Amino acid sequence: MSAAAAAAPSAPEAPPEGGVAPVRIVVAYGFWIFLVSDIIMFAGFFAAYAVLSGATAGGPSGRQLFDLQTTAIETGCLLLSSFTCGLASIAADVRNKLWFTVAMAATFVLGSAFIGIEVNELSQLIARGAGPDRSAFLSSLFALVGCHGLHVTIGLLWLLTMVAQVFAKGFREDIMHRILCFTLFWHALDIIWVALFTVVYLLGVAA
Amino acid sequence: MLGKLSWKAIPFDSPLPIYASLVVGLVIVGVLGWVVVKGYFPYIWKEWITSVDHKRVGVMYTLMALVMLLRGFTDAIMMRAQQAIALNAPGYLPPEHYNQVFSSHGTIMIFFVAMPFMIGLMNFVVPLQLGVRDVAFPTLNSVSFWLTATGALLVNISLVIGEFARTGWLPYPPLSELAYSPGVGIDYYLWALQISGIGTLLSGINLVTTILKTRAPGMGLMRMPMFSWTALASNLLIVAAFPILIATLAMLLLDRYLGFHFFTNEAGGNVMMFMNLIWAWGHPEVYILILPAFGIFSEVVATFSRKPLFGYRSMVLATMVICIIAFTVWLHHFFTMGAGANVNAFFGIMTTIIAVPTGVKVFNWLFTMYGGRLRYDPPLLWAIGFIITFVIGGMTGVLLALPPVDFLLHNSLFLVAHFHNVIIGGVLFGGFAGYNYWFPKAFGFKLHPGLGKAAFWFWLVGFYVAFMPLYVLGFLGMTRRMQHYDVPAWRPWLVIAGAGAGLIAIGIALMIAQLVVSIRRREELRDTTGDPWDGRTLEWATTSPPPSYNFAVLPEVSGEDAYWTMKQHAREGEPPKLTAFTMPSNTATGIVCAFFATVMGFALIWHIWWMVILGGLGAFATFVVFAWRDHTEDEISVEQLERAARAPQGTQLAGEVA
Amino acid sequence: MDQPHTGARLTGRAFPLLRALMALAAVNLTGCSSVVLDPKGPVGAAETTILYNALAIMLVIVVPTIVATLVVAWWFRASNKRATYRPEWVFSGRIELVVWSIPLMVILLLSGVIWTGSHALDPAQPLRSTAKPLEVEVVSLDWKWLFIYPAQGIATVNDLVVPAGTPVHFRLTSASVMSAFFVPQLGSMIYTMNGMATQLNLMADHPGTFDGRSSHYNGDGFSGMHFTLHAVTPEQFAGWAASAGQGTTVLDAAAYRQLARQSLDNKPFVYARAAPGLFDDIVRQKLPPAPGPPPGPRTPPAEDNRHAG
Repeated sequence: MSAAAAAAPSAPEAPPEGGVAPVRIVVAYGFWIFLVSDIIMFAGFFAAYAVLSGATAGGPSGRQLFDLQTTAIETGCLLLSSFTCGLASIAADVRNKLWFTVAMAATFVLGSAFIGIEVNELSQLIARGAGPDRSAFLSSLFALVGCHGLHVTIGLLWLLTMVAQVFAKGFREDIMHRILCFTLFWHALDIIWVALFTVVYLLGVAA
Repeated sequence: MLGKLSWKAIPFDSPLPIYASLVVGLVIVGVLGWVVVKGYFPYIWKEWITSVDHKRVGVMYTLMALVMLLRGFTDAIMMRAQQAIALNAPGYLPPEHYNQVFSSHGTIMIFFVAMPFMIGLMNFVVPLQLGVRDVAFPTLNSVSFWLTATGALLVNISLVIGEFARTGWLPYPPLSELAYSPGVGIDYYLWALQISGIGTLLSGINLVTTILKTRAPGMGLMRMPMFSWTALASNLLIVAAFPILIATLAMLLLDRYLGFHFFTNEAGGNVMMFMNLIWAWGHPEVYILILPAFGIFSEVVATFSRKPLFGYRSMVLATMVICIIAFTVWLHHFFTMGAGANVNAFFGIMTTIIAVPTGVKVFNWLFTMYGGRLRYDPPLLWAIGFIITFVIGGMTGVLLALPPVDFLLHNSLFLVAHFHNVIIGGVLFGGFAGYNYWFPKAFGFKLHPGLGKAAFWFWLVGFYVAFMPLYVLGFLGMTRRMQHYDVPAWRPWLVIAGAGAGLIAIGIALMIAQLVVSIRRREELRDTTGDPWDGRTLEWATTSPPPSYNFAVLPEVSGEDAYWTMKQHAREGEPPKLTAFTMPSNTATGIVCAFFATVMGFALIWHIWWMVILGGLGAFATFVVFAWRDHTEDEISVEQLERAARAPQGTQLAGEVA
Repeated sequence: MDQPHTGARLTGRAFPLLRALMALAAVNLTGCSSVVLDPKGPVGAAETTILYNALAIMLVIVVPTIVATLVVAWWFRASNKRATYRPEWVFSGRIELVVWSIPLMVILLLSGVIWTGSHALDPAQPLRSTAKPLEVEVVSLDWKWLFIYPAQGIATVNDLVVPAGTPVHFRLTSASVMSAFFVPQLGSMIYTMNGMATQLNLMADHPGTFDGRSSHYNGDGFSGMHFTLHAVTPEQFAGWAASAGQGTTVLDAAAYRQLARQSLDNKPFVYARAAPGLFDDIVRQKLPPAPGPPPGPRTPPAEDNRHAG
């Protein structure tokens, strides 16, 4: 250690800038950046949907396909799961394993319900001959909805892993960071779904 | 059982790739055998492959870039040879082979040479410059590297098993759709890029967080060295642009694998959307590559002029302006699509505007040299070679930004000459400057300067001889990617270009010689001070090579050019108090992850579905195992730090203190 | 080839070196030519003029910058004792102002060129002429060019005959993958894409023979996908069209499907009669996109499938 050891003391007039942020901040910040990039990826699929939404190639349009009632239930499940996910993070903050587990279980059930309804809806479309290979519009719809569904599925897998970790290791510091990231992820999926619901389903039916 | 894979996938009928890969395979087996026999394997496994140290990861990135440069350059030589003889003749490469060669040349040079070269240097230097001990997420860093390596591996596997894409380095649909490219070549391209693209994105997230959230005390943003600034801009672009690439390639994959219609001719697919999306990533990508190179030149010009960078704030502003405008120029890649005069004019003007901050940078480097005391070591030679070459490349770029001129020169060899002019003259020269500049920091001894200078001159002259003829050929109406041609007037220029490639080959040989000679004569080239160039930034404030933790005590920063200021005000005083701290432990997560990614990628390419599932489960299991670890950090004790401080400089073996 | 090119009639006045270079490159040319900087029509001429102007504007900055870099780098070498060392000279507001404004002013100037040039030379913009434009419909196929003359009712493959001095209005599409239509000496290239039509207006000033090709890579037969543009006198054109219509070959949907199959290095060919509306059927995909390589083990496509049907 040559000169680093002999580092000049900071000038007293300089405001303390820089410095290494605490791990929790760094982790959350990094995960935020990841979420931003994920949202940009969704923006790509949204853009494709916007471009191709008219390209039905003689096939069905959104208006003929969408059933707002089921999608509304779906949306309700996901919004509620976001709430229970919030409860889980509060429970984790107070280190309450029971309530954490209960809230996570509720989140899992609601998330699975969301995925179940979605898979059911999409497979019905395929059965009706309105699969992604029918038209560019349906391709972009399936890709957009499917991409979100894939995220939720990965989220569910992550959720189970988190619960298992809490059981095995307790509310250790690094596990708390992961719970923080998980809740950020889950809320972000919620926000993306709200955009998706509006752009695809509400506007699709209105069009 | 094995999907589309059968013995027919191995091109026994075209011996060239088989021999080439046999030779490569033998070399790899030889190196591995040597490593095992000599008993180095445990060292390489413990200290490199599983290392999460940003310096090691950075070195591995750079090494991969240099190795892949040889592969990409071989493709270049093959193309130059083909075009030199293919006047009214088939040459020695049939179209289906030649088309693979130029596609893999572009793909490799951009994704597996230029990108890892820049990311490697950023990885190595940025935490040192910021005066911190590692990047924000060290394990993620290792994962990023190994995912990039997976992509490179898949591209090279395509040489032996199956084929590579025949669509050029960007697979424009509908040519890249299943109907017109039924082979696995595009699938190799797509999966290799998806996997390495995820690696790059993660690396970008990592470095943005590192720069914005972990800096030495006192290092405000406006005290960051220029290279760190350009690294920030470059990684912000990665975070914003790579998701678009991932989404676009995902759409093409859906088209090819599940019969979607994003970009097909049928059922309402839209090829123009592909071009918009791919270039919405592709143009920022250019700046992702060039901005770190600008940063390297800023450091090199200042250090070797023995002056601070002229107009630092102006340079920061210029960097960030480029970072933003980079997203508003993508359409200039397809002026000839007939988008209409207003659209073309808008994007043309935006494109020329981006030349303004670039021009500012050139002038500021000039004024940095003005009033300096220039030492002509290899890094400065590369920098001056760059300024001159890049100015020419910038000028031809602005020419192409004029839609009426682009209507004449688009997709001609003029375009090829232009982007080689900026990518070789900018990115590669920057990488070489950085390689010569930071090598002593990484390994504790300088690279041989004489051979470095010789390599520079061969590269520089070779570049001009190889690419100026291509500008002429563009004016003579020669389109790029021609496997044969019937215009006799083109041939002399193509032969000259081939000779230029030969000069570059000598330059590459000299660089290899430089490395070998430097390793053999490392004792006379030893850097015992940690500061061989009289540097200005914090990476020179620690030993060469630095300990795994970089700094025993985080330096306190009191101004721009932090280390220079320290040297100016250095005084004897109490040595700072050492305190123990922890460093993340090494882990095999990265390589294991890459193993499963390779398995999955390969299985997806060949439609071996059970293997895809196996790879996916393996990857998930890897993450769970990683998350389950109890021992994630090692403590560096005060005793260790004291021992390291007592040891004479330059005698530390790499990795000894880890 | 009617007019062997000599390379003597270059228009760029300001660039003797470039001119000499082009002339040198073009001598000994026996066939037709594709020298971009030797335009033979108003579009190409206007575009090369813009090229020269922009190059001149930029060289005014670029040459002094390169010279200054070399001079400064040489003068301030460490061994030069006469050079003054100014280690503290790191900022000058005045210099920064100049440094930002010089490129900015160049760009302002170029922006004007871009705006007017983009509008004046918009490929869809009709050319000013007293003559009524000739309509030609262009279809890029794997890997040959189909030219349909709707008014004359004929079609050609890989051979394009147009009257000199008459504007030609092209409508272009692709049967399969993306390509680009380019006659280097007449100017402006443009993409062809399936399911849509692009437009282009060109004119040859005088009779001559010019190289044309696909300037966008489009697969294995790309390098052999060229055509010849013959600019002839209007009288010759009328005579050619009349004699071309004499034959018996017909381009209808069936013949088009046959033609659309992949083939390499096609020889020029004339269809005496082209079914009306064929081009629009291709654009509207009433005629489906052309097939790619046939399924099964890879075999190179036929050299020329013209007579196969």
